[in-house]
Amino acid sequence: MPSLLKSLGLATLLAATLPAQAHKLWLLPSHTAVSEPQWITVDASISNEIFGFERAYPVDAVAVTGPDSNEVNVDNATRMHTRSVFDVQLEQEGSYRIAVAQPGFFLMYEVDGERKRARGNDAEKMLKELPENASKVTLTESFNRLETVVTQGAPNSTALKPTGKGLEIEFLTHPNDLYAGETAKWRLLVDGKPARDLTVELVPGGTRYRDSQQDWSVTSDKKGMVEITWPAAGRYFLEVGTSDNKANHKKADNRRLQYIGTFEVLPM
Amino acid sequence: MRVLLTILLAFLAGHSLAGSFSVEIEVPRLRVAEYHAPYVAFWVESPDRSTIVPLGLWYDDQEKWLKDIRQWWRRTGRSQSKPYDGLTGASRPPGNHSIDFAELEALQNLPAGDYELVVEAAREVGGREVLRLPFQWPAKQPQTQQAGGDNELGTITLTITP
Repeated sequence: MPSLLKSLGLATLLAATLPAQAHKLWLLPSHTAVSEPQWITVDASISNEIFGFERAYPVDAVAVTGPDSNEVNVDNATRMHTRSVFDVQLEQEGSYRIAVAQPGFFLMYEVDGERKRARGNDAEKMLKELPENASKVTLTESFNRLETVVTQGAPNSTALKPTGKGLEIEFLTHPNDLYAGETAKWRLLVDGKPARDLTVELVPGGTRYRDSQQDWSVTSDKKGMVEITWPAAGRYFLEVGTSDNKANHKKADNRRLQYIGTFEVLPM
Repeated sequence: MRVLLTILLAFLAGHSLAGSFSVEIEVPRLRVAEYHAPYVAFWVESPDRSTIVPLGLWYDDQEKWLKDIRQWWRRTGRSQSKPYDGLTGASRPPGNHSIDFAELEALQNLPAGDYELVVEAAREVGGREVLRLPFQWPAKQPQTQQAGGDNELGTITLTITP
């Protein structure tokens, strides 16, 4: 099968079989811009409501990159009932990337005509534990990246350099330089290369206090660029996903990538 | 006294109270990435809200989301517990549905007066909408009211026959 056809077919298959995200995962920093060295705190939760705590999102894999690109320690990392929490000290001037990058696997199969799903981190183990009569087995490698960016003093971009792994945003407009009514220009990257035709969903925080999601979406152009005009001050949930057949694991049939970010927009 | 009055009015109307109190409701088809059928609540309110009569609730046994049917929750839901008053059932898929509340005792016992039928829909990771359809009770002659929603509810038609 020609590779284009194959990947097209795969994308369709993926779209049809992967469950829609039942809940939203997010990080929520207490501050995104501070003017002296200080502690900030970050919550991590899984919920329908933006940003209302519902279930704790594990933050064992949290990594904070400092303004000089060195790793910064987190303190008080705790998994509570409805959220996880950790503190970060912004000692150095500049911008910090706070990220939870989570690799994992989905296994989909059928037993006696019934569809089953499993999720885990160890693909070999998951495959080994498949029931003997399982059919239509699909192993999907997933890579979720949850991010937020905070700044002490003037923003810099050292910590924001794309890693070249999975789905990322290259911030041409600095994420701590967002103001109501202004437009951010960002580039979507998959494995460091511009990713076109991806749909970025945005939801303003505070869904509890209104009767509609007020979500909207923008699509990346052929250079992977998206332009996001911020309608008002507040905190925004951003989500974008894609799938392809470039899985790293040899037994994975396909790969699903997701980027989720929380961004704060200040009044003009 | 109320009961007497009701019986008297029913008598004057020359009919039994168990005519029809029929609601046609359109659950709109929405093109969204993640769709869950809306939870829908029906109740009757008097203008000063001194009378609240729960008529029905469509939900999928997940009590967690009941608070999101905000007005229903405030007016009656939060002071109830399972099984909820009125005709309850599972949430309905997009399309037209109809339900008749005429047999409900609480409705049959409703004192004569002006009321509103309130229909509220709330959808998980979606929106919320409330529609109000005024009516007179009891019906001396057939009454029809219609209201149209913008997002979470389509057209709702209330038909009351004596």
